[in-house]
Amino acid sequence: MLHLVLFSVFGLICVAGAVNLLVQKHPINSALSLVVVMASLAVEYLLLGAEFVAAVQVIVYAGAIMVLFVFVIMLLNAGEEEHTSGSTVAWLLGIPGLLTGAVLICWAVLRYSGGGGVTIGALPGHPKDIAQLLFHEFLLPFEVTSILVLIAIMGAVVLAARPEAVQESKRES
Amino acid sequence: MTLAFQTMNAIPHGPDYVSILPEIVLSIFGLIIMMLDPVMDERRSQRTLGGVALIGGILAMAATIFQGHYLSHTGVASLAAFWNMVQIDAFSIFFHFVVAAVTILVILASYEYMEVQQIRAGEYYGLLLFGAVGMDLMSSAVELVLIFVALEISSIATYILAGFRRRSAISAESSVKYFLLGSFATSFFLYGVALMFGATGSTSISTIGEALSQFELGHGPMLAYVGVALMFVGLGFKVAAAPFHIWTPDVYEGAPSPVVAFMSTAPKAAVFAVLLRIMFQGHVPGRVWLIWVVAALSMTIGNIAALVQDNVKRLLAYSSIAHAGYLLVAFAVWPSADAKNGIAAAMFYTASYAVMNVGAFAVVGHFASQGERYVTIEDYAGLGKRSPVLAAVFTTFLLSLIGIPAFGGFFAKFYVFSAALQQNLVGLVIIGVINSAIAAYYYLRIIVVMYMREPREEIPVAPIPVGLGFALGLSLAATIYLGVLPNRVLEYASRSVELLR
Repeated sequence: MLHLVLFSVFGLICVAGAVNLLVQKHPINSALSLVVVMASLAVEYLLLGAEFVAAVQVIVYAGAIMVLFVFVIMLLNAGEEEHTSGSTVAWLLGIPGLLTGAVLICWAVLRYSGGGGVTIGALPGHPKDIAQLLFHEFLLPFEVTSILVLIAIMGAVVLAARPEAVQESKRES
Repeated sequence: MTLAFQTMNAIPHGPDYVSILPEIVLSIFGLIIMMLDPVMDERRSQRTLGGVALIGGILAMAATIFQGHYLSHTGVASLAAFWNMVQIDAFSIFFHFVVAAVTILVILASYEYMEVQQIRAGEYYGLLLFGAVGMDLMSSAVELVLIFVALEISSIATYILAGFRRRSAISAESSVKYFLLGSFATSFFLYGVALMFGATGSTSISTIGEALSQFELGHGPMLAYVGVALMFVGLGFKVAAAPFHIWTPDVYEGAPSPVVAFMSTAPKAAVFAVLLRIMFQGHVPGRVWLIWVVAALSMTIGNIAALVQDNVKRLLAYSSIAHAGYLLVAFAVWPSADAKNGIAAAMFYTASYAVMNVGAFAVVGHFASQGERYVTIEDYAGLGKRSPVLAAVFTTFLLSLIGIPAFGGFFAKFYVFSAALQQNLVGLVIIGVINSAIAAYYYLRIIVVMYMREPREEIPVAPIPVGLGFALGLSLAATIYLGVLPNRVLEYASRSVELLR
């Protein structure tokens, strides 16, 4: 019961965030509402028992990709959008199309999912299984990835540094 | 009880660390350089950091030799560690040794070059050592996921190193070009790995070998063929084999010469190690004609394009494409009951190509002087008179690249072609020999210009500094050693092949 309440609440939050994303005029506000969408989706995954997917959702989507979005918006220095009234064709075709699509998806899921009945935790992909793989069999690739990240950072530092810096410090000393 | 057993098993033990000892040493020294760099005075740091990197390279070589002793001491032929991720055997030790040797030679060759070109030393030496970590891991990894991570480490390190001449636009161009095309090629490799996983359910090379050995040759699952082909595309790009070679001349022209010396030898050796492991240990369904075509194309395109080059770096870039082709001839020997000679020949070729090519690019880097100004063949006119030693050393490397007897290049080609002849690959051998004759023309052209043509303008030639002197001396000694007494190295190579099967 609690599950259902939580699921519905976060589902509503997710939809509200998505709507807000479209309605907002400033790109930063839209980006921040996207965070709400991503985070509430993560909670939904968690409630469905997919802990790993939830964690990845937070780390990759709510974390890394959102940072990229915000960075790009700041770099481009994007201001408020200009608002147009929108075309009537979009309204006339869009809303019925959206509704039909949603209904079709719901129907297909309900029809072919076998009527539910999967208990939480019954599916594979537990954090424990993944941890077992990641820190046991794949320990070496996992650790070696740190070197990969390190050289990527070094590369960014090297290639972004001003080439004059070397010459100037040479002249000073 | 079970829990205790599991935790016992989940902790890497001594042998695990021995199996990645050179990588550990190189990483530690890379980190030391990174930490010393900011606290040191910029002017003095160049040489100190070079010294630290050199110690790291030498210790990595010592660690490789220790691995060899460890194997013979414990009496096992191969040591699988980290839950069958890496495997230390005579094969991987051979390639570890080549990578360590190239790293040492390149550090020596960069020692004075860095000051002349005003390149910041800290990150340079750090990336060199970290890149070597990736190459070492590639040659000992027996798991495609680890191979991919190691391939990325070595590739990204070389992408960055290619752009180190910050004041020159072509260096930046070279870096960006290499990065974009290289990432594209790596994704091919990754897709191949994914398909292979789909076909066999595993990414471990030995498990793939078991799964595929059930099938008769040429009747395996379609997915596995496509997977191998895609992996071959990715690896073919990394070794600059035609038709995946387009990037090579531009990248080699723009990158700093010692870096070219590094990236035209060490990563190639490591990639060939990967290719050998995948093909011979994984029993993967290769297609001989595929390798046949790539080998013939690489030799022909590389040599013919090299004929019309005026820039020595571009010329050597095309020559390296051609050499990748010669090397692939040894791969075309597969599959046969007796592919042993082919693999041994390929291993010998990587070693001898590594030493002579590092030497040649070290000379080019020194002669080019500040900003790499003097890189056309015309600039070399009269070098024989002004700096007889430099000219003589360069001549030796070029003669070895042609494949003149008494130098390493001769036996490398000889073994490859004779292995191919044993398998009745007569057509490929004929193409190879014709190409060797074509190649002699452009190498000899440099020598002729050096000794017989009067210089149009007086180009200053700095005396050979200490570090470069050591680099040239060592690679010269190795080239001649491999040309006069090739047996020891070849025997080691064929012994390691027997263990590979």
